[in-house]
Amino acid sequence: MTGPVWEQVTQIAADVLGADRASLDEHSGPEKIESWDSVQHLNLMLALESHFSLQFDPDEMDKMTTLGKITQVIQAHAGSPSSS
Amino acid sequence: MSQLRAQIDRWIAEGSGWGAAAGLHELLSAEGLSNATAAFALARYERLRPHLSLIPYKVAILRSFTVEPVIPILRVAGFRNGLDLTVQVGEFNVYAQEILDEASVLYGFDPQAVILAVDTRSVAPELWSEYADLSSRDAEAVVDRVCQQYRDWVQVFRRYTKAHLIVHELERPAFPAMGVFDGQSAPGQRERIAEINGRLRMLARETRGVYTLDYQGLVSRRGSDNWNDERKWRSVRLPIAAPHLPGLAGEWLRYLQPLSGRVAKVAVLDLDNTLWGGVVGEDGPTGIRLGSEHPGAAYQLFQRALLDLTRRGILLAVASKNNPADAMEVIEKHDGMLLRPHHFAALRINWNDKAASLREIAAELNVGVDSLAFLDDNPVERQRVRGELPEVMVIDLPEDPWKYATTIRECPFFERLALSEEDRHRTEYYTAEKQRVALESSSSTREDFLRSLEQVAEIAAVNPQTLARVAQLTQKTNQFNLTTRRYSEQQVTAMADDPACQVLSIRVKDRYCDNGLVGVAVTRDAGDACTIDTFLLSCRVIGRGVEAAFLAHMAEQARLRGKARLEGWFLPTKKNAPAREFYSSHGFEQVREEPQGSLWVLDLETKAAAWPDWIERGTQVEVTA
Repeated sequence: MTGPVWEQVTQIAADVLGADRASLDEHSGPEKIESWDSVQHLNLMLALESHFSLQFDPDEMDKMTTLGKITQVIQAHAGSPSSS
Repeated sequence: MSQLRAQIDRWIAEGSGWGAAAGLHELLSAEGLSNATAAFALARYERLRPHLSLIPYKVAILRSFTVEPVIPILRVAGFRNGLDLTVQVGEFNVYAQEILDEASVLYGFDPQAVILAVDTRSVAPELWSEYADLSSRDAEAVVDRVCQQYRDWVQVFRRYTKAHLIVHELERPAFPAMGVFDGQSAPGQRERIAEINGRLRMLARETRGVYTLDYQGLVSRRGSDNWNDERKWRSVRLPIAAPHLPGLAGEWLRYLQPLSGRVAKVAVLDLDNTLWGGVVGEDGPTGIRLGSEHPGAAYQLFQRALLDLTRRGILLAVASKNNPADAMEVIEKHDGMLLRPHHFAALRINWNDKAASLREIAAELNVGVDSLAFLDDNPVERQRVRGELPEVMVIDLPEDPWKYATTIRECPFFERLALSEEDRHRTEYYTAEKQRVALESSSSTREDFLRSLEQVAEIAAVNPQTLARVAQLTQKTNQFNLTTRRYSEQQVTAMADDPACQVLSIRVKDRYCDNGLVGVAVTRDAGDACTIDTFLLSCRVIGRGVEAAFLAHMAEQARLRGKARLEGWFLPTKKNAPAREFYSSHGFEQVREEPQGSLWVLDLETKAAAWPDWIERGTQVEVTA
């Protein structure tokens, strides 16, 4: 994955999860990254909400299980006029 | 910013603690404390610990909502402000059990402070979301029940621990259930919740070491439409929107900072574009922006905030690169100035390096450099001071002068949770000190000077009126302090209640002012010895014989109680060099030397500690044991 949203998502995920940014790809998720537990998932969601000035629905938060899916959800928010 | 992150990691790898700390400061200033930045910074601060001068502090949080995402933010804010916080979070909604059970995880953790972060939804759900269904009598009953619960918790808490307790006041819903009719014909929802908060504050006032946190005020400052996130509350029990989590952490820090003792005693101020707009050397006294209207009002609001600080016992000083004549003309005569020469305990208006001026100010005021906060609009000066004097609390003034006052008002370094009469008048003491210095330089001998001061010392056992000040002195006194033992009010009370223990305070007046309560001594009897547990004096009275008078009193009292020896430890710290020679110069002999300090003894049967004859004994001195 590429693009400005992807760049920002990986930077934030690297910060929150204490991961090396170069090791992250669109399939990275709780199953691949040990530190990605439920508390860190919430931290990640909150960090993304702050950064992109939006609020996720609880349904969305459950679906955002890989960095690829997270990026898609954020891109969808950015594309809809009702977001943020 | 990813370059700065990489640079910070390189500094850490190279062992450059200061570089990494400065880099983290820059990163946090630029990005704020989001959950991502906080996570990054926390991992780095953890590694930097050995390079930083930090006060460890243990906090437990009892809560009715999700606070986990706030903890890394709180800890990073703590690290940035010189605190190494260990935080324990209680399980959901078991705060009552935790408080009421002496064997709970809470008390096992032995925290220094506990935050009771309980919200209206949990503790008074009827008042939050069912108010429309309640009769007036029902509502009253709920208020009584809630207040009684808090009272029970606080009383039990006080019995089981000496920790400080910070109680969240209750928030009210953004919209009362009855709309604009609320409170129009009978006390409404808002009044019921306000009544609980009022009673909580009363409970805090009458219970030592208990404080309330104005949660509604915090939410209002940020705007409740922005603050609350109902979706997050319903899904993950987090009622606060992501961008405001640092707001809650910051509010907690406004309590933890003064409780831990890492606070500013002096605010050192720049002048041009800080206390007024423009540069007096270029714009002239009539050209600067300062007054009650736009644009000078921003600076006047800032001055008012600073004036308020002086009433909390914080001294003001100036470190400015200016021609002294230009600057003093403004300070003495400008109509818009709220601050006048007598408000400043020290002035350094010259062309010297600011770090040098800060060192001089600390020396003149007899405080450590780490008691100074530095406020300057110029980021280059701030960066230089951070580099030269990393222990100074450098405060980042925002670019917009209209935000200066708020910056001061929300800054944890200037918060106090106990204020004594001494604090309220501290600036006046320093003005009097300047007069004393003038007297000393005009006196022909040291003894003439000491006599002409006309000092009166009153020594008394600690009592409810002096308790707060006594505890505060043990917390804050660093220089003339022989053992540097810190005591809370609860601990002082426990010692005062112990028959083998004497807790004494000394008050000193002179011809210029009443210096207030300036010293504390704690002695403990065992066998035929009386041991000095604590002996400290505020620096403003050192070198005038007050320390000898206080010691003479202790020796006299110990002898009256039949003791043969007066003994005491000197425990050296980085800061208490002024007390090092005290025992040796007052007839004590060293009997032990340990890594942590030395033990000194005065043989009461063969030696006396003389009361200096130039100090009068005040009326409250107790001569009987």
